[in-house]
Amino acid sequence: MEAVIANVVEVTRHLPMLLRSSLINIQLLLALLVVGFLVGTVVALLQVYGGRFVGVVAFVYEWVFRSIPALVLLFLFYYGPAQFGLYISSFLAATLALGFRSSAYQSQVFRGAIQSVPPGQMLAARSLGMGRGRAVISIVLPQAFRLAIPGWSNEFASVVKDTTLAYAVGLNEIMRSARIIVDRRYDLAMLALLVVALIFLVFTYAGNGLLGVVERRVRVPGLTTAEPGGTRREHG
Amino acid sequence: MDPLLRVEDIHKRYGTEEVLRGVSFQLDRGQTKVVIGPSGTGKSTLLRCINRLTAPDRGQVWLEDVEVTAPRAKINEIRSQIGFVFQDFNLFTHLTALDNVRLGLVKVKRMGKREATTRAMEELTRVGLKDKAGAYPAHLSGGQQQRVSIARALAMDPKLILFDEPTSALDPELIGEVLNVMAQLAEDGMTMIVVTHEMGFARSVADEIVFMEHGVIVEQGPPEKLFRSPEVARTGEFLRKISELYGAEE
Repeated sequence: MEAVIANVVEVTRHLPMLLRSSLINIQLLLALLVVGFLVGTVVALLQVYGGRFVGVVAFVYEWVFRSIPALVLLFLFYYGPAQFGLYISSFLAATLALGFRSSAYQSQVFRGAIQSVPPGQMLAARSLGMGRGRAVISIVLPQAFRLAIPGWSNEFASVVKDTTLAYAVGLNEIMRSARIIVDRRYDLAMLALLVVALIFLVFTYAGNGLLGVVERRVRVPGLTTAEPGGTRREHG
Repeated sequence: MDPLLRVEDIHKRYGTEEVLRGVSFQLDRGQTKVVIGPSGTGKSTLLRCINRLTAPDRGQVWLEDVEVTAPRAKINEIRSQIGFVFQDFNLFTHLTALDNVRLGLVKVKRMGKREATTRAMEELTRVGLKDKAGAYPAHLSGGQQQRVSIARALAMDPKLILFDEPTSALDPELIGEVLNVMAQLAEDGMTMIVVTHEMGFARSVADEIVFMEHGVIVEQGPPEKLFRSPEVARTGEFLRKISELYGAEE
């Protein structure tokens, strides 16, 4: 019992280091979500509005990044450029590898959401004299993003955890800190990893809470996934 | 006076089906034309060809001295001058009534926000929905939604407005409020083309009725002439049938 307490105290001593390095996970998370969001939106738009050729390119992109294991992608992005004398930081490599991977998943969420905006919305926008791009930005995307929030939340919960994979390319994130503790005192492995697990429980909880707040903030009557695309009839 | 709108020999084919087989007519400023005819005779397609929401295969559309159908026509600018009211309203779901009416002014006409708000409120007042400015479409009845969509078209200061079966998606008790707004517009001198089955409206508001079937205009003329002494037998037959169904008060 005393030994257990001593171990807990020892791990607690390392808590500031674990928490500090968990900030790197949060930074990586935000960076990869931004990359995934921007690229994912573009890929989704290309699939819906692009021609056949562009659609095929977007499909191949999505297929490639969803098929390759995350760890393999990480190594490819970290060691790949180095082959050509281009040395990038492990943070940048992880952001790009995980960000592009996430963009493939996010594009699926967004594509579905864009397609569930009724075509009449685009027609009405065009009839006012809006160009297609203008209509997409002002009418289609604001509705699609709202419809996409539940699906996007799933992707968020998944990439939060993926940030620990960046350990493999030497990023000083939380798993690496845990590893340092374990390397010094292997008998602390269990406890240290439980602390890491606990921190991620908090992250996920906080993240989902935040997304819930966003969802309620932007909620508009008649625009929920419960009744995708609203309740209107199509033209007869 | 030059006509406001000239439609010349419009053809449109979907696959093997030729929906429009050479439609021509003219519309003067301030005129209201009502287009009637059985379902599937290309009435809606004709309206959409006028502002090129659907591209016609052949023929020309002229709005004043601008050819709408010219390949290099500034179609967005032209569309902003032609209001379009849809059967299913197509209000922007994520925007309030006020924002629905204001959006085109801000995004297309580049009007300042304050001026656009004033303008939008004028049009909402005109259709009797001033107090619903902050409501989202989902919280409005069908009749109210359609009136907002008319206000949305009006705010753009269009040269003419096209109505594509504006009351067909409405419950019977809500049709009147929309027709009243449209009748008032006609009285105020708005130029309009209305596709509808509402014979009472056609009779009392139209300057001219166009009867279409199988992608062509069968007959056109003032309502009294078409109702009392149509030149083509089929016109009279259709009018009798549709009047029984929808009611056309004398």
